[in-house]
Amino acid sequence: MVKISELLEQHGKPSREVYLDNENSGWVPPEVVEAMLPYFNQKGYGHPSITNLPGWEAYEVVESTLELVKKTLNIRSGELVLTHSGTEANNLAILGTALAANKGKRRKIVVSAIEHMSVLFPARTLEERGFKFVTVPVDKEGFVNPEILSMLVDNETLLVSIQMVNHEIGTIQDLKTLVKVVKDVDSEIIFHTDAVDAYGRLKIDVEDLGVDMLTLSSHKIHGPKGVGVLYVREGLKISPILYGALSTQKMWPGVENVPAIAGFGKAVELAFRDFEGNVEKMKNLRDMLIDGILETVPDTLLNGPRGEKRAPDNVNVSFLHVEGESITIELSLRGIYVSSGSACTSRVLEPSHVILAIGRKHEEAHGSILFKISRYNSREDIEYVLSQIPLAIERLREISPLAKQSKRSIDEKEVYA
Amino acid sequence: MSTRTPLAYSPKILELFKNPKNLGRMNDASVVSQAGSPACGDVITIYLKIDGDKIIDSSFESYGCAANIAAASILTEMIKGKTLKEAWDLTWEDVANELGGLPPIKYHCSILAVGGLKRAIRKYFEEIKREKPEWLPKDLSKEERQALEEEELIERMYKKYGVVT
Repeated sequence: MVKISELLEQHGKPSREVYLDNENSGWVPPEVVEAMLPYFNQKGYGHPSITNLPGWEAYEVVESTLELVKKTLNIRSGELVLTHSGTEANNLAILGTALAANKGKRRKIVVSAIEHMSVLFPARTLEERGFKFVTVPVDKEGFVNPEILSMLVDNETLLVSIQMVNHEIGTIQDLKTLVKVVKDVDSEIIFHTDAVDAYGRLKIDVEDLGVDMLTLSSHKIHGPKGVGVLYVREGLKISPILYGALSTQKMWPGVENVPAIAGFGKAVELAFRDFEGNVEKMKNLRDMLIDGILETVPDTLLNGPRGEKRAPDNVNVSFLHVEGESITIELSLRGIYVSSGSACTSRVLEPSHVILAIGRKHEEAHGSILFKISRYNSREDIEYVLSQIPLAIERLREISPLAKQSKRSIDEKEVYA
Repeated sequence: MSTRTPLAYSPKILELFKNPKNLGRMNDASVVSQAGSPACGDVITIYLKIDGDKIIDSSFESYGCAANIAAASILTEMIKGKTLKEAWDLTWEDVANELGGLPPIKYHCSILAVGGLKRAIRKYFEEIKREKPEWLPKDLSKEERQALEEEELIERMYKKYGVVT
């Protein structure tokens, strides 16, 4: 049996570390951790729906966090449901809508081809329960075309789910237009958006967007893992998908993760303190990283759009002739932590569905790397990353037969079996 | 992103990833073979230098994950000095064991490395020596067959989705 501790020893702790994997797991700043600590054993450690002081203290932090979130989204009416992750909130949106629809005539669920798995999988599962599952294609930069969307929805459509910002390639959809074309076809079609990668980076106004449901996740904004939120428009009926003892949440059973909710509240406060400044900083670092990689490393492709239609924190590049998992490990040894859309960890020979959906080939998707920048990164961090990437890619291209084969003559290639 | 599995790599794999042994193209190789395909995200090239019935040198190139690189590297180390028959008798399990174990979803890396080696040995006898020793089976070995299956699977997937290769 392999001991992970021995693997860690072999890896060693790099002297310089830059964390750029905030997509998969957010780095949590000390202020957020400090905001959580009292709720374990000093105050609010009670159950938020029990009538004693620690319970009321817990209830208070749940309520104040939700109030703060409402303000940041300009929610005037409607409900916020606390779940224990973004995945759970997305599942509630999709499955809860389908359950509430029961045997009605609306049986069609329309989602974009590049949604997160926590939207795609529950939607696809409903196919087995008599629903029709339709995916909307995207263009080479990941955009949903409003005309195509309007052709795919009809008066038998129950639900449309299209994310505001793509989690892998940072495409910012023109969501307001997408909602409008759907509602123009039939105003009763329910529109859900997974906004976990938009929150804290884009101004979101749910009333203005006209969405019926919207998902948030704490760890995507440097809060702790373990808190998700689903906004449900006033009057919209969805069914619970989990049953148990209810607490402050009518739609989600189980005792609330109060310390994490306190941390999430702090993370929201920090994300919206100097919002413009944070976004500007991330954009500058993003462009510095994109330009630096494309200038210094040959045979690279940027995945997703450039400029104002790209999320301020997203950089996604395919390095040709090398495989993504190798890149993540090579960079990890250099103290740079990123993730890849390679198939190497999925073993179904299927790399990232997002990179394939924008028209990239398998071999281009295998070498894709996601760098998720945060306001906690500095220019020095990006300079260090840019100093290491050419060396890392060059070393792996030395190992790979493909980089050299693409340059060799056809005659020489024939010696290969 | 895609479905993920935690990867408990052995320290040996990371060590070989950092400092691969027998890396690189061999210009005076007696035989070269390749297994896998870029579309699968796995390609291993095996170079053998043969003198009489012995493998006197071997090297590799790899496009793939850390397990892929480590499997190819350790295999070339294991076969140096061995007779062709001894090298043929190696199995993917031998390579996985030498690496200190592989996570199950990475077994194919070891299979691909051994498949590439067996392909090279077969090619050496069939195309270069033009003779066939008694111990070399007519049918493809398990590893050669699985390498072929992986290559064909991606071709079929590409055809299905209409991708031009």
